[in-house]
Amino acid sequence: MMEWHLKTPLSGEDVKKLEAGDIVYISGEILTARDEAHARILEFAENGEELPFSLEGAVIYHCGPLMQQTGEGKEGKPEWKVVSAGPTTSGRMSKMTPPLLEAHNVRAIIGKGGMKNVSEALKDKCVYLAYTGGCAALAAELIKEVKTVHWLDLGMPEAVWVLRVEEFGPLIVGIDSKGRDIFAEVREKAEKVFSEIKS
Amino acid sequence: MSSKINRETFIRSLVDLLRKAETELSDDVVNAIRKAEAREKSPVAKSQLQAILKNIEIAETHGVPMCQDTGILIFFVELGSEFHPGFDLEAAIREAAALATKEVPLRPNAVDPLTRRNSGDNTGKGIPDINWKLVPGKQLKITVAPKGAGSENMSALRMLNPTEVGSIKDFVLETVINAGGMPCPPLTLGVGIGGSFDKAARLAKEALLEPLDIPMSEFEKEILNAVNALGIGCMGLGGSTTALAVHVKTAHCHTASLPVAVNIQCWANRHASIVLGGDE
Repeated sequence: MMEWHLKTPLSGEDVKKLEAGDIVYISGEILTARDEAHARILEFAENGEELPFSLEGAVIYHCGPLMQQTGEGKEGKPEWKVVSAGPTTSGRMSKMTPPLLEAHNVRAIIGKGGMKNVSEALKDKCVYLAYTGGCAALAAELIKEVKTVHWLDLGMPEAVWVLRVEEFGPLIVGIDSKGRDIFAEVREKAEKVFSEIKS
Repeated sequence: MSSKINRETFIRSLVDLLRKAETELSDDVVNAIRKAEAREKSPVAKSQLQAILKNIEIAETHGVPMCQDTGILIFFVELGSEFHPGFDLEAAIREAAALATKEVPLRPNAVDPLTRRNSGDNTGKGIPDINWKLVPGKQLKITVAPKGAGSENMSALRMLNPTEVGSIKDFVLETVINAGGMPCPPLTLGVGIGGSFDKAARLAKEALLEPLDIPMSEFEKEILNAVNALGIGCMGLGGSTTALAVHVKTAHCHTASLPVAVNIQCWANRHASIVLGGDE
């Protein structure tokens, strides 16, 4: 079990060395995206439209943060503060992730609970990092700045928030870029136990 | 007769109650998580449990919601038959929910189910969900249980055959396996058995309000041990504690039915109560 401290944007080399079970801390920029943002990113890709943000080497955070507007800010742009920002259930994004990775070089996905049938799409390009679910107050402490927000029309939880983080973690490599998936392994074991104790 | 309360004070107390529920866990829940951390052998699961304990501490110290999913707001109201508030309680509860959304703050989670439009203040058609129970006496007891989607989405209900009492445990286990790490284990499991289709679900939800330090029945312990034998562990990363407790509630049901509902609760087993009025 290795410990890594990575800076964004991430390269293919950065993530290929990570193995399932390793611990990772990320510094730099991460973007929140959940159900609605994923759907819109895919819509843009389908229409060949350019996104208002770059996903090249990006880290996507499955998170619908609780934010508070703190002021009007410069040039009428509102200023925001993160109140609470833990990971949301990644499983809901399982189906939309392979086409998203097809369209963009996202290098890491942070979430909770794991994802189904994405190992193939992650291969040699991306990793899934598990952050402790519900640890939203802890996560908020590691988010140092709200850089900007896109697609606020989707609502606070569904918008794309661009966040500057420092040593964001500990993140556990749940699915690595070589096809190892801790969640699938745990599930397989649980099913085996169940088949033995089932009445 | 002295059960009249001031509307503004009432709303203020509810906002405080919501803040408490979102920022502080009760001792029985924290102690159960501490015990799970102490006995955990897997270093990964242990690190996750330690993060949870640290998070609980930060949330309480800073007065911020422990989870960004501040849930949909579910109220359980026990209204004494001799308690007469002198104003519309339901409207006041709705007002408190909207006010707490701004002040605590809470994440606006309530959306229209079809258009998905967010109301912006955690109120809407049928939301907050208020469950009324008329009881004898002069008091009003209000419990709020904010419920996040991660665990709610993994809950399940099945109409078993009346001869399948022996399969209830299997249904719970299947539900927990399907949920894996998604509902943020270590879990509390509320199991509602009997009643009707909807009654079983309500019983399961009420079972989640039970303190975690009350003794469990043999049946509850049997389910808990089986759930923990699965090895799903904290956050589904493997480990010895998948659930902290199992609570079962039953009601008589039709001779031809056996409804079973499993309501899954994440580690953040949030609820808080206040009692107002009366001098009993």
